[in-house]
Formats: sequence, C-alpha cells, structure tokens
Amino acid sequence: MFHDADALLLARIQFGFTVSFHFIFPAFSIGLASFLAVLEMLWLKTGKALYLDLFKYWLKIFAVAFAMGVVSGIVMAYQFGTNWAVFSDKAGPVIGPLMAYEVLTAFFLEAGFLGVMLFGMQKVGKRLHFFATLMVAVGTFISAFWILSVNSWMQTPTGYAVNADGQFVPAAGWAPIIFNPSFPFRLVHTVIAAYLTTALAVGAVGAWHLLKNSKQAHARKMFSMAMWMAALVAPVQILVGDLHGLNTLEHQPAKVMAMEGHYQSHPDGAPLILFGIPDDAGQRMEHAVEIPRLSSLILKHDLNAPLAGLDTIRPENRPPVKVVFWTFRVMVGLGFLMLALGASSLLARARGKVYDWRWLLRFALVMGPAGFVAVIAGWMTTEVGRQPFTVYGLLRTAESASPLAAPAVATSLIAFVIVYFAVFGMGTWYLLKLMSHAPHAHESDLQNAPAHAAGITPAPALAGGVSSRDPAHD
Amino acid sequence: MTDGTVLTNIWAAILAFAVFMYVVMDGFDLGIGILFPIFGVGRERDTAMNSIAPVWDGNETWLVLGGGGLLAAFPLAYSIVMSSLYAPLIAMLLALVFRGVAFEFRWRDPAHRLIWDFAFTAGSLVAAFTQGITLGALLQGIHVEGRAYAGGWWDWLTPFSVLTGVSVVAAYSLLGACWLNWKTDGETQKHARRLMRVWAPVTLACILAVSLATPFLGTQYFERWFTMPRVLFTAQVPLVIAILTWRFVRSLRRDYELAPFVITLSVFALSFVGLGISMYPYLIPNSVTLQMAASPASSQAFMLVGAGVMVPLILAYTAWSYWVFRGKVAHQGYH
Repeated sequence: MFHDADALLLARIQFGFTVSFHFIFPAFSIGLASFLAVLEMLWLKTGKALYLDLFKYWLKIFAVAFAMGVVSGIVMAYQFGTNWAVFSDKAGPVIGPLMAYEVLTAFFLEAGFLGVMLFGMQKVGKRLHFFATLMVAVGTFISAFWILSVNSWMQTPTGYAVNADGQFVPAAGWAPIIFNPSFPFRLVHTVIAAYLTTALAVGAVGAWHLLKNSKQAHARKMFSMAMWMAALVAPVQILVGDLHGLNTLEHQPAKVMAMEGHYQSHPDGAPLILFGIPDDAGQRMEHAVEIPRLSSLILKHDLNAPLAGLDTIRPENRPPVKVVFWTFRVMVGLGFLMLALGASSLLARARGKVYDWRWLLRFALVMGPAGFVAVIAGWMTTEVGRQPFTVYGLLRTAESASPLAAPAVATSLIAFVIVYFAVFGMGTWYLLKLMSHAPHAHESDLQNAPAHAAGITPAPALAGGVSSRDPAHD
Repeated sequence: MTDGTVLTNIWAAILAFAVFMYVVMDGFDLGIGILFPIFGVGRERDTAMNSIAPVWDGNETWLVLGGGGLLAAFPLAYSIVMSSLYAPLIAMLLALVFRGVAFEFRWRDPAHRLIWDFAFTAGSLVAAFTQGITLGALLQGIHVEGRAYAGGWWDWLTPFSVLTGVSVVAAYSLLGACWLNWKTDGETQKHARRLMRVWAPVTLACILAVSLATPFLGTQYFERWFTMPRVLFTAQVPLVIAILTWRFVRSLRRDYELAPFVITLSVFALSFVGLGISMYPYLIPNSVTLQMAASPASSQAFMLVGAGVMVPLILAYTAWSYWVFRGKVAHQGYH
C-alpha cells in the first residue's frame, strides 16, 4: 500500500468540502423541524390561522433544505469507504454500529414521516399530521445524537481494545464508547448551534419583511419568536462553549493550544491572544495583540496558572495553528454578536418598539447567515484542531486513507466542487427566493401537494410572472 | 456453528434484505426517472413525479442502511469494495444528488423545470447504471492483497459489468413502468403499459444474459450452481421464470394493475436469491468471506438488538406511509 502525499491532501480537502457543505443543511433542518413542530403545536392549541400560515411558509423552505441535506448526507455515508478505507476497516467495529443506529433510529424515522409531513395534512388529519411533524423533528435530533457520538469518539476515544488485525473493537460494553468524554459537550453545543442558526435565519427573514412593512403580522410573529430564541439561547451557548473548551483542554490540549495560538509554554500566566498572525514554520505568533494572563484565567480560573504550549507537543503531533486559530476567532466573535443581537432585542422589547427599531431589524438581517458561518467555523476548529489524527492519538490521518492515486481523487474533488456549487448554489437561491416572498394569510401548500388548491393554483399560471411574487399565491 | 458464525450469517441476511429493499423501492423511483423524458411535459410528468414524491426519501434510506450496515458488520469488505469501485460509486453519489434535489427544485423553478427534469433523468440513469456496474464488478471479483484493494482504477470496467449495468437500467425501467401502471390512470397508465411491453422482454433478455455469463466468470460459480444441493434450486429457475413470464403476459393482456408489479418483484427476488447462491459464503468472491470481513461479535450483537427492534417498526411506519398515499395519483398529487 502506498500513501501519496498529494492524494492524502486531496482526500482531506474533499472530505472537508463535502462535510462542510452537508453540515449547513442539517444545522438548518434540525432547528427548522423543531420550529415547525412548535408552530403546528401552537396552531393546534390556539386555532389561530397565523400559525398555520407560518407553518406552511417554513414547510416549503424546509422541504428544499431537507432534500439537500439528504443527498449530501448519502455522500458522507459512502465516502468513509471510498476515500478512508483503512480508517473504515480499523474503526468500523466501533463507529459502524453507532452509524447503523443512526440509520435505524433517525434516518428512517425522518424519511418515513416526511412524506406525510409534506403532503399528508388533508389525508391524515391535524393530530396525526402533527405527530408526523414531531417524528421528523425527533428524528433530526436522534441523528445528531449518533453522529456526534461517532465524531466525539474519534476525538476522545474510550472503551476500545485493539484486536490482532489492528482494528478498534469494543472493550466492554457500549456505554463508554457512546458516552465518551467529549460527547455530552459536543452534543449540547452543536444542537444549540443548530437552534441558534435557525433562529437567526428566521429572524432575518422576519426582519427583511418588517423593514418593508412593520405592521405585517406574520413577519412580526416570526421575528419575535426568533429574537426570543436568540436572547435566551445565545448566552447559554457561550457558556456551553466555554465548558466544551475546558473539556477539550483536558482531553485534547494541543487543540486548545492551537485555538489560543500558544506556541510557547507560559509557566506563570498565559496571555489571551486576541489577534495575531500564526507562523507554523517558525512556531511563533507575529504581531500578537494580547491581554496578559487572561488565557490562564479563562482556562484555569487563575491568573498565574501555568499553561503549556505547542513546544511541549512532539512536532509530528502538532495541529496546524493558522486555520484553528482563525476559525475559532470567527466562531467566538459571531457568538458575541449573537449575544448582542439578543440583548438589543430585549432592550427594544422593553421600550415597546421591537418591530419598529430599524437598526435592530438591520442588525438581525445581516446576522441571518451568522449561524451558518459560526457552525462551519466551529466545525473547522474542532476538526483541524484534532489533526494529525483521525482517531485522536491512535490513528494518523496519513494512515487512514484509501490507497488511491492523486489523479483519481483530484477528479472526484473537482466533480464534487462543480456539482455542489451548481446544485446547492441553485438550491440556496431557491431558498432565498422562497424567503423573499412575504408570508401571508392563506399560505399555499407545497406546489406538488394535494389538489384541493387546484382552483387556486392553476398549473399553467406558474410558468409566468414568478419573479416577484410567490407563484402559488392566489 | 458458533455464536459468531450465526451472528455473521444473520447480519449477511439483514444486509441482503436492506439491499433488496433498496433495489425494489428505489428501483421503481429510479425507473420512473429513467422513463421520465418519454412522458409528456406537464400532466404526465407531474403525475409520475407525484406518485413517488412522498416516499422516495424513505426508499433511498435503505441504501444508507446497506452502506452503513456493511461498514458496521463487515468493515473490511466495506473498505475494500468502496475503494475498488471509486469512480462508479462517486458517479452514483453525484447522480443521486441530481436525482434527489430535482424532486423539490422542479417545483421551485418553473422557468427551468425542463433542466431539472433532465437532471432527474440523468441522475436516475447514471445511478442505476453504476449500481449495475457495482454488481458486475463484485461478481467478477476484486483483487485483494492483505486488507486492501490492490487492483487498478479501471478494473471494474469490463463487458460483463457493462452488461450488468445495462441490465439494472432495464430492470428498474420495467419496475418503474409497472409502478405507474398501478398508481396512475388514464393516458399516463396507458403510456406505462406500452413501456412495460418494451421493457419486460429487454429485462428478461438481460437476466438470461447475466445468468448465462456468470457461471463462466470462474469455475467456482459453475460448481456452485451445478452441484448438489444447489442444483436443485438451479434446475427450477428456468421453469419458474417461464411461469412468471406467462403470468406477466397474461396480466398485461387482462389489464391488471397490481399483478405486473408483483410479478416483476418476484423476478427481482428470484434473481436476488440467485446472486446469493453465487456469492455465499463470500462477500467479495474468492477473496473475502463473510467470516473474514465480520466485525467482532460484540459489535454485531449490539446492532442486532437495534435492528431487531427497529426494522419491524420501520417496516410498520413505512407501510403506513404507503397506505396514507394509497390509490391513484392525479397530476397535482394524491387526493
């Protein structure tokens, strides 16, 4: 077996590219499925048509986002084998069953009830339909549970033994594998991130329509719900992120060193480097802007606590600092902006002008994509930060790849890039188009939904005049 | 047999079931995709698409169970097969991207609907063909050294694998036409019946060709098919195929709606059993057996608990979902 350095790098880029693209959609659909379940519950409870309109409005968006999540997800299920054959062979006995549980308990649940959720309202009645929505929402959460357990085990492997073939196998029982040390933190941090991401997207759509018409009842409702979510959850997320960081310090100290940009050890109090230019070759931080001793305070709760730097890690085990350092700052910076948005909305509420304060609406609008960016940045922090290992400390990335030649991987990478940008670019445009239509009373069903709307939605009319209005509207 | 062998055989059966479910259920979805350009723009295409819109995602999930289950239960086989079939599998994944998004995108963008319809067809066709290639490449054998694939990058491409690729395209098309015959009425149904008359003989010819070619891929297949006790099954196959063909022709003449679909499924099942006879006890013919590739009993046992509970549940709510959308579909969706 040979390991071509170019082929390895290309395979890593391909995995990073496809998983980042994929992760955008579940991050949205986990939150959106729960949001839809809440809207439908409120509709069933209050009987207010407003909630049903909002449900139908976001259902159309959910359908498009979910389809993109499904098709980009199947790629992931096979890419472990196509590009990371050695990893699959060695780690399969441990992570395989967890992924199989994800399929059995989550994917089928989502897919099985999605049809009824999208098209079945008239056929099964309100209550059963709500049950279907709930199952889809629960399915997205269960899916996050298993796949984050897999990822966490790769980051902080426990409960394994190694057999004669060099495979990781369960040592005794599955609880230590599933509930490995970083799993609870990663799960909570990621699921909250998905909720925040969705809240910011919903809030931005509400803000966009309120900027055009601040009296619009549907836009008001969605904006208000989203801002409550941001105000309540953003501070929790920062707290959970901090706990997750402390957990990482305990189990993957090299990753935290890279996040902090600590090339050197600091025996008496490490500074918090706000900005700087990491220089991996020289193993030093250039042009650092730093606050003395603050890093020790944050990580050790003691101004004078010693903090080890990357100089204590063997060179071949050091993660690349540049990417980790910057993506971490992007994520944290956006997190604090989210906190500011939530706080501003509370202030505006206290003054009774949450729908009229144009600066708040503009702020919410530009923060619309912030959740997606933060999620990807955080993901890159944690994934690049655990390099050069796939199973942390045990299996090197360089020893995990399939015996593929560079041209083969280069070709597939180019194909993925072209197809993903074309297909998901169009999909994102369709999402934006759906979002640009103001929600309104008597919101239409999905266009390929049951024909009770036939009189209202004549198919030929769809071909023309679609650019400025919801084609299904009236 | 030891507990380990029993478990391994159970998992082989579960995975075979998952693959069969996928082939059958996404088979008619992909078949409809392949036949799509033949259907008229507008009412016919909308009807065909809507007949599977509520169920395609669940159907495709069996493919994920097949892949994920193989990783979990037979990680060695997963890693070798996937890396040996790099090009066709990547092509299949990209094709499924186009096919899957087309379900939503064509409704979101009426001005470019024909482009997404084309993506739907091209995606379905390439996915079906590469799945057939995968089957052929597996049957003709994969060059393994140690625990890794050791062949070249075009080993999968042979006349035999092209034959199996074309066969799967034909079989899916037939299944798609049978599905539409069952789920639609009026012009679309008539159209589907004409297509069934075309694709049934093609599929039959393909099955015969693959069946005749397989025993000559290697002596082991020949022995497996024509020695006791398997020859007892082998001997029945021509007879059963003849009976099924006769039933199919009769059901077409009498304009039955469900029967052709069920008969086609029976042919699929029969072919599948045949594949099992060719392969067992190997997962990768002549190089990796089920036992060699199996993950430890603790992994397989843990999953078996989940599968034992979940698979019946999955089948129940999948059946419920199909029942909700039972009956004929109109071009605007299920009434």
